[in-house]
Amino acid sequence: MKETKSEKKKLSFQKMRRYIPLYIMMLPGLIYLIVNNYMPMAGLALAFKKVNYAVGLINSPWSGFQNFNFLFRTSDAFLFFRNTILYNLAFIFLGNLLGVFVAIGLDCIRNKFFKKFSQVIILIPFLLSTVIISYIVFAFLSEKNGFMNMSILPLFGIEPISWYNKAQYWPVILTVVYLWMSFGYSSILYYSTLIGIDKSYYEAAAVDGAGVWSQIRYITLPALRPTIIILILIAVGRICYSDFGLFYQVPMNSGLLYSTTQTIDTYVYRGLTQLNDIGRSTAAGFLQSVLGFICVFTANTVVSKIDKESSLF
Amino acid sequence: MVYSNKIFRFVMGFIMLLLVLACILPFFLLIASSFTSEIALAQNGYSFIPKEFSLAAYKYIWNVKGNILRAYGMSFFITGVGTTISVVMTMLFAYPLSRQDLPGRKALSFIVFFTMLFNGGFVPTYLIYSKIFHITDTVWALIAPYLLMNAFFVIMVRTYINSNVPNEVIEASMIDGSSEIHTLIKVVVPMSKPIIGTIALMTAIAYWNNWTNGVYFIQTKRELYGIQNYLNSILSNIAFLQTHSDPSIKITDLPSVSIRMALAVIALLPILMAYPFFQKSFTKGITIGAVKG
Repeated sequence: MKETKSEKKKLSFQKMRRYIPLYIMMLPGLIYLIVNNYMPMAGLALAFKKVNYAVGLINSPWSGFQNFNFLFRTSDAFLFFRNTILYNLAFIFLGNLLGVFVAIGLDCIRNKFFKKFSQVIILIPFLLSTVIISYIVFAFLSEKNGFMNMSILPLFGIEPISWYNKAQYWPVILTVVYLWMSFGYSSILYYSTLIGIDKSYYEAAAVDGAGVWSQIRYITLPALRPTIIILILIAVGRICYSDFGLFYQVPMNSGLLYSTTQTIDTYVYRGLTQLNDIGRSTAAGFLQSVLGFICVFTANTVVSKIDKESSLF
Repeated sequence: MVYSNKIFRFVMGFIMLLLVLACILPFFLLIASSFTSEIALAQNGYSFIPKEFSLAAYKYIWNVKGNILRAYGMSFFITGVGTTISVVMTMLFAYPLSRQDLPGRKALSFIVFFTMLFNGGFVPTYLIYSKIFHITDTVWALIAPYLLMNAFFVIMVRTYINSNVPNEVIEASMIDGSSEIHTLIKVVVPMSKPIIGTIALMTAIAYWNNWTNGVYFIQTKRELYGIQNYLNSILSNIAFLQTHSDPSIKITDLPSVSIRMALAVIALLPILMAYPFFQKSFTKGITIGAVKG
């Protein structure tokens, strides 16, 4: 008995030894995940500390919920939470609406060249960095020589507007820019689902006298439904996050626009690097991470109920 | 035939034409402005047809090309090095994960997967990289944070290997006496070329377009700026001048409008020129990562 046991042990050790090269291969990736992902997770504890660079991050004294008290004493907190969530809701609604619309549009085109050409072109804005997009937006909105002020507004007899100083226009501007840079992406996703529909459904429906609207309502939309639901749920999972470039770079970091352009991400960045207000930044960042986790988790649980394949877990 | 109603198809086709134009016309605005003389730009603003054709902006850039070429070079270097390390690290991690017999496989998969659910956010990430690892103002600042290994790509590659490289092939190679690394290079990699191409492309685009790492972590060493950060610094100076009147910066020190537009065109060129060649893989990358990315 004893012999077989030690033999077994030896065997399993030898068996384990076979895997050592595999573990070594995984080492660089594992170290990276620890540095880039797991250490910052532990770093969330900073939200409960009074960070003092002089004594270091680890030795900084604990301060309980003080940072959160500071954060909610200002009106900023309400503002940037509201902005983040409202922008995301608008983006989710309009983005998916436009995506479905364009996917149907692509399906309508019969000319093969134009069909292919459109698919290639609408993805170009999605390919660009936010820096380039800011340049393009600036070409349109620059106060002195922007295309809007010099060429479009005069057509309607409207006086030039100093766009970068007027917060009220930015919800519209940012939504348009967002739709412009991202509609190609969602359209292509929806279109790739549409390609899979058996075309004979449409013919059969037409023979039965169905018009375009009935075809869309009873064939196209039901076919797209799973994709629509999943894309919306995934976006809802990210409702506490915003595209830093879109909200920081495109409004050119203009302080006069904060009331409509400040989101959690820009607030956290400005607090940490420009205002040196680490306390509030860590508190806002902590809330974002925790709420973000709850949202992603909930959204994924719902997705996995609908379609196991599309969920993360 | 989909949608037999001709009027509907015509209207939709027309709207598609408008959308396609909306996607490309802004670029024509940039290009046309870069070829317009500074005086015409000051009088008429940006326009689609140059009122006064001029190559002055490009001539100016050619004369001071040092900074721009260096920024360009940095962008290519960071993209090349970053993408290479990233793909190698992803393959080295994904292949063992794909091995059903690896002890601890589930726990390791969970370690990757959990990073997609929860993250520490900007503040701890920034403080850890800058105060503990001191990568501020080094080239690593542009390579390491956020971009080096994408958890989603790891899972994608693992799944691809599982369903496209049969276990028997790997076992046969092991029986022949190949080491694991040899099996990975000679057997798994050649059979996973399509997915490697896709993640390499998506990673390269992410590196080329990244400017946030430069903004976060490059504080004094401007010579490390890639083309995106170079453009960004010009734009921020202009933005600063619009809201503050700082007598120490003269407006004449900043590149004029046409030069700025010419710079944007130059930064755009590589990606627009390469796009027709990688467009197919890009579309594929989008639809694969579809719903999950």
